Amino acid sequence: MADAQQTQNLTLVQSVRDGLYTEMHNDDEVIVLGEDVGKNGGVFRATEGLYDEFGEDRVIDTPLAESGIVGCSVGMAAYGLKPVPEIQFSGFMYPAFDQIVSHVGRLRTRSRGRFTCPMVIRAPYGGGIRAPEHHSESKEAFYAHEPGLKVVIPSTPYDTKGLLISAIRDPDPVIFLEPKLIYRAFRGDVPEDDYEVPIGEAAVRREGEDVTVVTWGAMTRPTMEAAENLAEEGVECEVIDLRTISPIDKETIVESFEKTGRAAVVHEAPKKGGIGGEITAMLQEEALLYQEAPVKRITGFDVPFPLYALEDYYLPSPTRVEEGIRETVEF
Amino acid sequence: MSTLERDPLEQVQVLDEDGNVVGEEPDLSEEKLVEMYRQMRLARHFDKRAVSLQRQGRMGTYPPLSGQEGAQIGSAHALDDEDWLFPSYREHGAAVVRGLPLKQTLLYWMGHEDGNKVAEDVNVFPVAVPIATQILHATGAAWASRLKGDEKAFLTYFGDGATSEGDFHEGLNFAGVFDAPAVFFCNNNQWAISVPRERQTASETLAQKAVAYGFEGVQVDGMDPLAVYKVTREAVEKAKNPDEGELRPTLIEAVQYRFGAHTTADDPTVYRDDDEVERWKQKDPIPRLESYLRDREILDDERVEEIQASVEAEVADAIEAAESVPRPEPEEMFEHTFAELPPHLREQYEEFAALRERHGDSAFLED
Ligand SMILES: Cc1ncc(C[n+]2csc(CCOP(=O)(O)OP(=O)(O)O)c2C)c(N)n1
Repeated sequence: MADAQQTQNLTLVQSVRDGLYTEMHNDDEVIVLGEDVGKNGGVFRATEGLYDEFGEDRVIDTPLAESGIVGCSVGMAAYGLKPVPEIQFSGFMYPAFDQIVSHVGRLRTRSRGRFTCPMVIRAPYGGGIRAPEHHSESKEAFYAHEPGLKVVIPSTPYDTKGLLISAIRDPDPVIFLEPKLIYRAFRGDVPEDDYEVPIGEAAVRREGEDVTVVTWGAMTRPTMEAAENLAEEGVECEVIDLRTISPIDKETIVESFEKTGRAAVVHEAPKKGGIGGEITAMLQEEALLYQEAPVKRITGFDVPFPLYALEDYYLPSPTRVEEGIRETVEF
Repeated sequence: MSTLERDPLEQVQVLDEDGNVVGEEPDLSEEKLVEMYRQMRLARHFDKRAVSLQRQGRMGTYPPLSGQEGAQIGSAHALDDEDWLFPSYREHGAAVVRGLPLKQTLLYWMGHEDGNKVAEDVNVFPVAVPIATQILHATGAAWASRLKGDEKAFLTYFGDGATSEGDFHEGLNFAGVFDAPAVFFCNNNQWAISVPRERQTASETLAQKAVAYGFEGVQVDGMDPLAVYKVTREAVEKAKNPDEGELRPTLIEAVQYRFGAHTTADDPTVYRDDDEVERWKQKDPIPRLESYLRDREILDDERVEEIQASVEAEVADAIEAAESVPRPEPEEMFEHTFAELPPHLREQYEEFAALRERHGDSAFLED
């Protein structure tokens, strides 16, 4: 129908909840499990009300054991359910890392397609909320490095619901990292019905001729701010919000780079071994002859994410982003 | 023969809820008893002030301990100077006993890495936020000390929720196999955020889990500081000097309650009844010990008031000291990543320092 769809004005975390709610209604096999996801509705309220709506067999408070949560999800998924485990903070995913890299990402391969692991491992990630130790890291590169996993990071409420629904429907496992700095920073229109935002497609948030700036998650905001500031000086940035870290939307990035000849990547994860390096290498391989300047990586530092007295210095600020882009443009 | 020699299903108690003696009292001097009482009040008052600082935006997320003072102070006193302590993130009271200044604890929760800087002569490991991870560190250190031929005990704290993690099982299993002088002290405060103890395990008690690893488990009333002291002291002695045929490790389950929220980011009214809180408040360790001390005429009104006043002054001084520490310099982030600053980190720091020089701090700081 051509009618305008009913929309709600939601924050990003409300949109997570809405995505879960929608897909749990659509599909009885979808279950949510994790620490405090039930009665408490999740420590960030991402599962609020789901327990009352769907009951304790579909919204399950588990013992405090990440390897248990993800490892059992492997068995559940192989047996025909669609588990959506929540890891309370991405910094606590490591007890489950063994299961994630040893089994979640490879069950299909190991069983030659007989067994699969369609699950969505959700976790809030990233810094900037004055949280305690081990609550702020962004280690998306770990998961992107692992064959067999898809890695999704939304940056708007609209994308969040659409990507989450796509992730739940995806026949393969998806690591769904939610930038908690922007969980409640702003609202956006989110359709009430279900819809999909395809995994693996980047969004061009701003068009420009001078430089391609690739980013995702919470960093899209300082990047857009930097881009607006630079526009006042006559530098037009094309800002690409990756949305999916793995598989990367090569086409959108390369196409933009062929137009601008310059690129910068902005991420809050440490620089070394980060996705910024992956994108740089990709541009070398795919579009070397278009390159007019070194690709600039504007990132967190190669140090453990600091306690909050120093976190503002750690995170790429609009000023750092702006200066980094300027360097590329002025090269 | 076993020093503890107890059934893990039997709960050790020295004081009942009113402070009457119902078990065998540990051998503690009057001075020591008053010190324990004072430190419990200090921890309680510190807690109240810390929560209030968080509410005022002067501190980050903070995990309150009220209700758990008996378990913390009682157990920490059972250690000898040379022994070691491996805390989780809620042992602000135990840290005081071991000589960590309150200012340090405040600094840590105010987001300063320096809060974790423990003096060389204080045997306390840094706060462990990832649940249960410190259990293995304690086991490893205990094991190492045996290999080196020391005679020390290694006590580690963790919650009831932590007993669900693989690290708990691996830590206890190693300790049993290698006969490590470790004391596993579980603060069973009934809740792991919103998930109740019954949802962590189908075992009747947590203490009984020790049986599976081949050593002793003991359940103690965690809000009875004297009982906690007693069982922990016995466990420490056994770790250093076990009887023939007896293994060194012990698992202690201290049954208790945290009166407040899990952390200041948590709202317990969503998952827990006020009735339950009230019921547990009857077991409050502070009035219990106070009544015991008054009965023995070790304390009177005047002394109690004096203690309260001194505790308040001490906390106020610590807050002032912590708040007057300036924001750390960004350089500190880089300095402690490796023993020697590698070139790529020096470069990252210098690039950042130049930007900061050019733009000033306001371009980087949110507040
Ligand atoms: C590995 C890991 N998973 C999840 C968390 C998030 N978290 C912090 S405290 C907590 C509950 C801990 O409960 P318990 O072990 O009983 O200790 P308590 O806080 O009650 O003393 C959870 C789930 C964490 N810190 N580490």
